Amino acid sequence: MSETSTETTPPAAPSQGMTWGRRLIFIAPTLVFLVLIGFFLKQLGENPAELPSVLIDRPVPEFALDPLPGRGMPLRSDDLKGEVSLVNIFGSWCVACQVEHPYLMKLQASGYVPIHGIDWREKDPMDGLRWLQRYGDPYTRVGLDPDSRIAIAFGVTGAPETFVVDKQGVIRYKHIGPLTPEVFEKTLKPLIEELRK
Amino acid sequence: MSLSRCRSLLVAAGLALSLGLALPAAAVQPDEMLADPVLENRARDISKQLRCVVCQNENIDESNAELARDMRLLVRDRLVQGDSDGAILDYMVDRYGDYVLLEPPFKASTYALWFGPVIFVLLAALAGWAFYRNRAAAGPVAAAAGPAAGAGKPAELTAEERQRLEALLRDADRG
Repeated sequence: MSETSTETTPPAAPSQGMTWGRRLIFIAPTLVFLVLIGFFLKQLGENPAELPSVLIDRPVPEFALDPLPGRGMPLRSDDLKGEVSLVNIFGSWCVACQVEHPYLMKLQASGYVPIHGIDWREKDPMDGLRWLQRYGDPYTRVGLDPDSRIAIAFGVTGAPETFVVDKQGVIRYKHIGPLTPEVFEKTLKPLIEELRK
Repeated sequence: MSLSRCRSLLVAAGLALSLGLALPAAAVQPDEMLADPVLENRARDISKQLRCVVCQNENIDESNAELARDMRLLVRDRLVQGDSDGAILDYMVDRYGDYVLLEPPFKASTYALWFGPVIFVLLAALAGWAFYRNRAAAGPVAAAAGPAAGAGKPAELTAEERQRLEALLRDADRG
């Protein structure tokens, strides 16, 4: 019979002679194990790619991006002041952006909130324009960010990403991945309502 | 030597060579490099401390991801503009959080990370010491028989137990 099994059979060996310090040796690892299990369970549902943005509640970075060729309406940080708006990072090369695109079109048609676009990492500025001509253009303003300077300033890790910017030009929320009706109705819309007050 | 044997030898040699040469390769392209070797060295040094946020377990110096390339270029641009190494790292941390640093910074929120392993080793050593000290104090026989038997020799068998033991031994002999 091993030492540990004698400790776990209370009728044969009552806690007589077993001090609290000794008991702790067996209880502590169990507690540590349970705490770790808790942490891991919490992590299980999370996508490691979804970093919490450190930019929440901070003003948008200063920038002035060029427009798409011939489209006009370039995007500068000052354009994000005055009303609550969405800033969407996209690119013609980005497959997931095509997934959310029909919903952005619907959102734009509803006129609920202006959507501005940052056209990220186009090899040719015409690519972004052609993409919008083909799938529709849901954006109010669009700025070109060919070398990721502004994407990095926004802490972007991939496209698409959508930021909620308040009237003062402060970033309030960041959604990673395609924008879906569920995400918009459950998270973004209530936040926008709140920010408009 | 047959042709197939010759070929398999060549394949083996090729494999051995490629494995031997498989060192972590820098992804820095010649067109990215700075003309000034001092600045370029600093750029490489900074890049090795920054995580490629798309790939997660690679630094941007080794990553072939496009965003990693753009980050390398940004690092070099800022160096040319005269930024210090610390200022460049701060700029990245400002945007991506501590996560962007491959080595977590030493501060209050990361103490558990830095001291954790040391504390766990100490706890394990303490537990082990207490365990063996207790066992030594109780004596080898008592430890084997359990605390209920008390210290000293194992309990004598009763007459009934002795009979059962003998019966069992007989059965074993026969069967």
